[in-house]
Amino acid sequence: MTHSRSRRFAAASLAVGVALTMVACSKGSSSTSTASGTLKLWTHNAGNATELAAVTKVVDDYNASQTKYKVDIQAFPQDSYNKSVTAAAASKNLPCILDVDAPNVPNWAWAGYLSPLDGMDDMLSKFLPSTVGSWNGKNYSFGYYDVALAIISSKKILTENNIRIPEIDSPWTKDEFDAALKTLKDTGKFEYPLDMADGWTGEWWPYGYSPQLQSFGGDLINRSDYKSAEGVLNGPEAVAWATWFRSLVVDGYMPSKSGQDPAADFVNGKRAILWLGQWAASTLREKMADDVLFLPPVDFGNGPKIGGGSWQWSVSSGCADQAGALDYMKFAAQDKYVASVSEATFNIPATDAAAATVKGYEKGGVNDVFRQFSAKFAVIRPPTPGYPFIATEFTKTAQDILNGADPKQALDQAVANIDANQKSNNFFA
Amino acid sequence: MSQSVTTSPPAPSSSTPPKRGYAKARSQGAIGAWMVAPAAVLLVTFVIVPIALTFALAFTNAKLVSPEPIELIGFDNFIRLAESSVFWKSLLNTVIFGLFVVPLQAGLALGLALLINVKVRGVNFFRTVYFLPVVTSMVVIAMLWTFMYQPTGLINGFLSIIGIDGPGWLQETSTALGAIIFMSIWQNVGFHMVIWLSGLQTISPTLYEASALDGATAWQQFKFVTWPGLKQTRTFILITITIAALALFTQVNIMTQGGPLDSTSTVVFQAVRTGFEQQQTGYASAISLVFFAIVLVISVIQRYLTREKDVR
Repeated sequence: MTHSRSRRFAAASLAVGVALTMVACSKGSSSTSTASGTLKLWTHNAGNATELAAVTKVVDDYNASQTKYKVDIQAFPQDSYNKSVTAAAASKNLPCILDVDAPNVPNWAWAGYLSPLDGMDDMLSKFLPSTVGSWNGKNYSFGYYDVALAIISSKKILTENNIRIPEIDSPWTKDEFDAALKTLKDTGKFEYPLDMADGWTGEWWPYGYSPQLQSFGGDLINRSDYKSAEGVLNGPEAVAWATWFRSLVVDGYMPSKSGQDPAADFVNGKRAILWLGQWAASTLREKMADDVLFLPPVDFGNGPKIGGGSWQWSVSSGCADQAGALDYMKFAAQDKYVASVSEATFNIPATDAAAATVKGYEKGGVNDVFRQFSAKFAVIRPPTPGYPFIATEFTKTAQDILNGADPKQALDQAVANIDANQKSNNFFA
Repeated sequence: MSQSVTTSPPAPSSSTPPKRGYAKARSQGAIGAWMVAPAAVLLVTFVIVPIALTFALAFTNAKLVSPEPIELIGFDNFIRLAESSVFWKSLLNTVIFGLFVVPLQAGLALGLALLINVKVRGVNFFRTVYFLPVVTSMVVIAMLWTFMYQPTGLINGFLSIIGIDGPGWLQETSTALGAIIFMSIWQNVGFHMVIWLSGLQTISPTLYEASALDGATAWQQFKFVTWPGLKQTRTFILITITIAALALFTQVNIMTQGGPLDSTSTVVFQAVRTGFEQQQTGYASAISLVFFAIVLVISVIQRYLTREKDVR
């Protein structure tokens, strides 16, 4: 009896210990969005001082403009941001307001993490389509800016080699592009004439290369019902894209794994043409002045394409004060903030009114070309909750193809995996 | 392990008042329980519960992000796994990695330990140098070696001096796994060197003196004195290297992400990729469960082969 009692006592002590630890553990992370009047806001740009400062300014202005709510900023480094959000969502501790990378919006909306932005449709109709995240007919997020990809080259190099400088209305065709690469390779001046930053990993692959696949006529998934990738990711157009993609390495036009900083290799004369985002623009202009050219993407048959959608703001469904969060969102969507945040990040302002006030983006400004690319060529990544899976499959498949996998076989496997995932999720109905 | 532990002693009748010794034992038990508690709580929270969850989730369609309820799907995940070419490739890579790393690393570590197990001035300097990679984070080392392995990196720079045009070590299917094996051994060899060293220092110097008097050569000394004296150390090293080798992940995640063409994909890497990037918690649990079973079987076999054979 006493023996079993002492045992029971030991067990009880243990249980208390467990309970205490659990309380201690959960206390650290709970109560993020319940305090009345205070709205927590999470952002991914802890590592980006200028963008964080611009966002902080929006929040400060909002807090000063009224007394009912107080928005409280918390910044995370970008690398761990998505994991933090997923973990917080799983334990129902999401903040009221958070920023989301555009292609993840449908996934998180479907998962029930996000609330639709009710009553903001009019306001958001003035935004570039690629800066508004929607799913199932509802808007869930908006971004201050978008980012454009471009072919980057040098005026001097192209004219010296008698290569036509393309215009937005007359981009290079596939044949012209291939011929240009051959000409440049034959000069012997460049180790590799082309660099598409294929040494980078992760989301860059679908963001940077699926537009080329789309320009060939393929896509990541059939966008009529988002149920299957059959025929679009493994059809003849997709195989043509994959074959071309691999040929760049085989022909020695592009390294199979680029360096970490393709722009630097370009400035140093090791490369002649880059496929890169506008984020490289300010550095390149500084180093090369007027010589640097930002050219439209190549038309591989179905028109030039670039990826659309960058970081966007949304309201979490777990937020105790939906009205307050929406109030902030409406305040934050003003043109002047679109302008100030885009200016701080050198990105394309999401609204016309804002673009007119940001230096470089006015009609004829140096950066206006990016805004035109974005308006004319941007294709958002497929707005389906299955996107995160599709993105990892596409990345792996494209990497395998670049390393010599049989294009048709690799694409068939990717389609089989994507279709299985869509099906196992009941097509995200 | 041979004898089974007896269960609790027969309970005394409740009418007898507790004796003094009993009260002491009781308070000792309570103190013991409190002392065990912190470790027990941590073990339960971070080892037992996750393992139990893995077992349970492996038979479901659980997703990392999903509003839908979890459903039991029987052995579907395991069937899918058996049909996945990436899994078999990963398993093969893991086995190859283990087959190279275990003997090479253990052997090299023993060699180094013998070299530095001498009383010479400056030996501590070498001990430190060999041990240095171990105290550096694997993440840092993997990144540095990624640069060194580049087509224009340090290693090819040295090779070009002697007229060899080295490949992009991590970009060729034929060299990527070998490059990772080489780097992993270099990083870890110091750790096992120290363990061997501790084993060497438990061998009594008198044995060496006696054998020297008997006219034993250095090789005979190693064979008949050193090697038998290292029996316990040997078992420990074999099992720890094997388990660490099977769990290969960090280097792959940083240096190659499993590529090119799955030539460096491993079981743990595949589990992490499916579980986090592809959000398939259930499937990743199935992979982990299979991995758990493999490690368990290998460890049991090793334990059996290295058991004390002369003791009945």
